[in-house]
Amino acid sequence: MSHIPTRDEVIEPENLVYSRTCLLTDNALSYCPGCGHGTAHRLIMEVIEEMNLQSETIGVAPVGCSVLAYDFMNIDMQQAAHGRAPAVATGIKRLHPEKFVFTYQGDGDLAAIGTGETIHVCNRGENIAVFFVNNGIYGMTGGQMAPTTLPNMKTATSPFGRDTETMGHPLKITELIANLPGTYFVSRQSVHTPANVRKAKKAIEKAIQYQKLNKGLCFVEIVSNCNSGWKMTPLESNKWMEENMFPFYPLGDIKVPK
Amino acid sequence: MKDIRLMKGNEAIAEGVIRAGCDGYFGYPITPQSEVLEYLMANKTKERTGMIVLQAESEIASIHMVYGGAGCGKRVMTSSSSPGISLMQEGISFMAGTELPCLLLNVVRGGPGLGTIQPSQSDYFQTVKGGGHGDYKLIVLAPASVQEMYDFAKLGFELAFKHRIQVMVLSDGAIGQMMEKVELDEQMPRLTNDEIKAKYPWATTGKTPDRERNIITSLDLNPVKQEIININLQKKYKHIQETEVRFERIMCDDAEYLFVAYGSSARICQKAVLLGRERGIKVGLLRPITLFPYPSEELAKLAKQVKGMLSVEMSAGQMVEDVRLSVNGAVPVEHYGRLGGIMPAPDEVLNVLEQNFIKEKNYEPHTH
Repeated sequence: MSHIPTRDEVIEPENLVYSRTCLLTDNALSYCPGCGHGTAHRLIMEVIEEMNLQSETIGVAPVGCSVLAYDFMNIDMQQAAHGRAPAVATGIKRLHPEKFVFTYQGDGDLAAIGTGETIHVCNRGENIAVFFVNNGIYGMTGGQMAPTTLPNMKTATSPFGRDTETMGHPLKITELIANLPGTYFVSRQSVHTPANVRKAKKAIEKAIQYQKLNKGLCFVEIVSNCNSGWKMTPLESNKWMEENMFPFYPLGDIKVPK
Repeated sequence: MKDIRLMKGNEAIAEGVIRAGCDGYFGYPITPQSEVLEYLMANKTKERTGMIVLQAESEIASIHMVYGGAGCGKRVMTSSSSPGISLMQEGISFMAGTELPCLLLNVVRGGPGLGTIQPSQSDYFQTVKGGGHGDYKLIVLAPASVQEMYDFAKLGFELAFKHRIQVMVLSDGAIGQMMEKVELDEQMPRLTNDEIKAKYPWATTGKTPDRERNIITSLDLNPVKQEIININLQKKYKHIQETEVRFERIMCDDAEYLFVAYGSSARICQKAVLLGRERGIKVGLLRPITLFPYPSEELAKLAKQVKGMLSVEMSAGQMVEDVRLSVNGAVPVEHYGRLGGIMPAPDEVLNVLEQNFIKEKNYEPHTH
């Protein structure tokens, strides 16, 4: 029988090819297994660590699944009321223009209750980064219809599918804010495959780097799954996302600096 | 030489916050307080002191910008009038839950709804008893002059940071719009970022290796912990009740009858006291300056001395409940108020006092 390496043998320095960023805390993530939030958190924190920005960063957590983002991100953070993260970030950035300021928001927060704040923070060209996780559903409250829920998609409050006649159309807020002169860099990514994770990290890096230029707001949407809310296995939800979400929310840069 | 100027109440508080070393103002126009934002913009505060002034897209955004700035340990404020203050209640509750200091100004107009742009005091309940969700209180300062509009800027910031609490200056359309002379202080310097880090170790200023990360949040899903948070808040309010009561006694020493009034109504009652004295009525005025903490002890003492109290408010009777709670049945307490933006006249309130406590029935106060 071949030798099964012990844990200590496995974590020998020469075997270490990857380690968790020190900007993620030891707290167990509160996200469902299979959800993309954890990866999105990791990428943002990795970039902040690699750019040596921990002491220069103030983050704003929303209301929604990521309401407890501050439990996992080892940086100074403020938790905002539902939809108000862009206003909170504006207050921080205006008084600390030298700091790196970002919001981390879901689709209900950013594109429904906080639409006004989202449009105006973009239109003012606040020099902040907005990370927008769009999974087409209200995850935290138990799977209700979101502004980004696809037509005919079933949720707890559209149990027979989203009827666009009576429930309105999914809102492509990212395309909308890309049209505003105050946004500098707008990109839509996903984190469901290693290749997509690498692309998403590149976009997050740009959003953070560009803030130093004071040229306007940088906005990165991450189309993500919600296997619990969609009532699928993680693998099924990723497949469903590729087949249904991506055609409606196509991945790639939407607005890049000239 | 003293720096004395003729100013509107709204301009006076705007000048007051600049001189008190305010770091940021976030607001949205609404009558009758738009002069605050206009004055700050016209005064080029960025050049004068470095103070940031931003016109937000709504009152909701304004109060959450204040939250963000306050969370960084900065001296920040917003101002509005009644309908706008209603919109801000969400953010005020969040600031109560996170114990963030800030200065708020309500230049009250008549309600409900859009109501009117004329002065009123019908937001007493909203301001003193809550307004937003949850068990919280604001320190409420009630200016009765343009000078106090100016003075309460500095006092408000001092109290806000001393107790990590939200301070509301509860003014009204009359005090905001009228012009009086104001004596100004020297400019106070704004705190540097290093001073803020040293004075306010809770502020989000960027996590450095020498400390744990700072989190501004009102969320704790564990009810046992949340109850402790709430109990500690209540301890703070009790301490404030014990230490920060402010009031003014006007001809109370020999008074047999008492007006209780704040803000514009106190100015009217002050004149009514003089009219009453001319008529041979020994009447005084107790003017609460802080509405929370309320001068309950002082009223309880006066209840042993006077034969009746008349609470005069430009509302249907809100503060009168606190007067009655303070005297606890020891003396008759009546209310007189005008509604919807109408201000009572001094002889009108004096006649009501006489009718209630001195003359007999069948009296109808004349109105102007």
